[in-house]
Amino acid sequence: MCLAIPGKIQSIELMYDGLVRMAKVSFGGIIKQASLEMLPAANVGDYVLVHVGVAISKVDEAEAAKTFEYLKEIGEIDELIEHTQVDRQPEL
Amino acid sequence: MKYLSEYRDAGTVGQYLDEINKVVTRPWTIMEICGGQTHSLVKNGLIGLLPGNVRMVHGPGCPVCVTPLNLIDKAVYLAEEKKVILCSYGDMLRVPGSKKSLLEAKAAGADVRILYSPLEAVLLAKENPGKEVVFFAVGFETTAPANALSVLHAQRQGLKNYSILTSHVLVPPAIEAIVGDDSNVVQGFLAAGHVCTIMGLGEYYPIVEKYHLPIVVTGFEPVDLLHGILMLLKQLERGEYKVENQYTRVVNEWGNPEARAVIDKVFRVTHREWRGIGEIPFSGYELKNAFAGYDANLKFNVQIEKAEESKECIAGQVLRGLKKPFECPQFVKKCKPSNPLGAPMVSSEGACAAYYHFSNMGVMA
Ligand code: SF4
Repeated sequence: MCLAIPGKIQSIELMYDGLVRMAKVSFGGIIKQASLEMLPAANVGDYVLVHVGVAISKVDEAEAAKTFEYLKEIGEIDELIEHTQVDRQPEL
Repeated sequence: MKYLSEYRDAGTVGQYLDEINKVVTRPWTIMEICGGQTHSLVKNGLIGLLPGNVRMVHGPGCPVCVTPLNLIDKAVYLAEEKKVILCSYGDMLRVPGSKKSLLEAKAAGADVRILYSPLEAVLLAKENPGKEVVFFAVGFETTAPANALSVLHAQRQGLKNYSILTSHVLVPPAIEAIVGDDSNVVQGFLAAGHVCTIMGLGEYYPIVEKYHLPIVVTGFEPVDLLHGILMLLKQLERGEYKVENQYTRVVNEWGNPEARAVIDKVFRVTHREWRGIGEIPFSGYELKNAFAGYDANLKFNVQIEKAEESKECIAGQVLRGLKKPFECPQFVKKCKPSNPLGAPMVSSEGACAAYYHFSNMGVMA
């Protein structure tokens, strides 16, 4: 549970009266929601490290690709898929 | 080298190993704090590749492992008796309490759910206004912002049926508890990169000054770990004790200020009981008074009798680096991941479980 997984920001929505930025992040094609509250400067197209639904750091594309490949090798991405029971939308 | 030859960076790994061999002239004992790093070191067979006089020992950095038995029993009680929707990360739900794990409670009919994020638990609370939703919020500094945010999200929406059962632990006090003890054998630390992504490096300077031992912030991939070990060994051989950052591509000096602000808003530092080690002063977070309504401990005020830990388990010595998992008489015998006797065997990121799963890689030799 402690790992952070790199993904690419696909789109950003504003929630809670515009106070909270939530992104759709693609992890090698698996799309999950992540809060951008910790990264006010992150934008669509950026690569971010996401830890339990919160983006904690920006990374460059090469780093993201390398880390993602490694996590896939050690089976961490399977866990992400396994725990994806939601693709639901929080109400805006 | 079988496993490493499958790894893309086998060449780089070899270079680091060569350099390590050149640098080392004396025996050294190094501890990695983070369970993810333990897992990576053992799984990739790196320990067996290091020179014989570099002894890697494995710290208490698996939050699932060090969550007290008593809290797991409490969570099971909330799910079964208070009929709450109890949710957490998958590895936490698998850990046996004194009677059963949360997943066993689920099999017996309790509403227990594996979630990827605490923010999903807030959505669950919104969708189930007639039910109480409790998120079992474990983790180190890396996870604290997410758990804190879940409370803020619930508050913004005026949800009264969401609360968290916190078991938050902090890295620097754990390092101090290990090196400050008379029995300490650790001479240098690898600190967890992702923890520092949030907290930055600031907390480690006073520790290296006080105890005169080096700390290198490191990533968790095989090449990161070997690079971190090399940096640490160079300092040790030269008699230096500095904070160095191997993981500069992700970690900066100051960490993530937004994340720290959210932690400061929601949590305060408190004493924490670490399974296998005991209480460490000022080593965890609990909710501030302003958020008392979101504290499952206060909301449900469940008093559970403290369960006895196994007398045969030497987790305290393993987590302090005094013994290796295979030096425990119960390792693989009475104690296995399917029947863990203690903290380091309960999750795959615990040291004993890592050795159990990958002991066929020669790390026991
Ligand atoms: S092998 Fe089991 S009994 Fe021994 S220290 Fe590890 S967890 Fe405890």
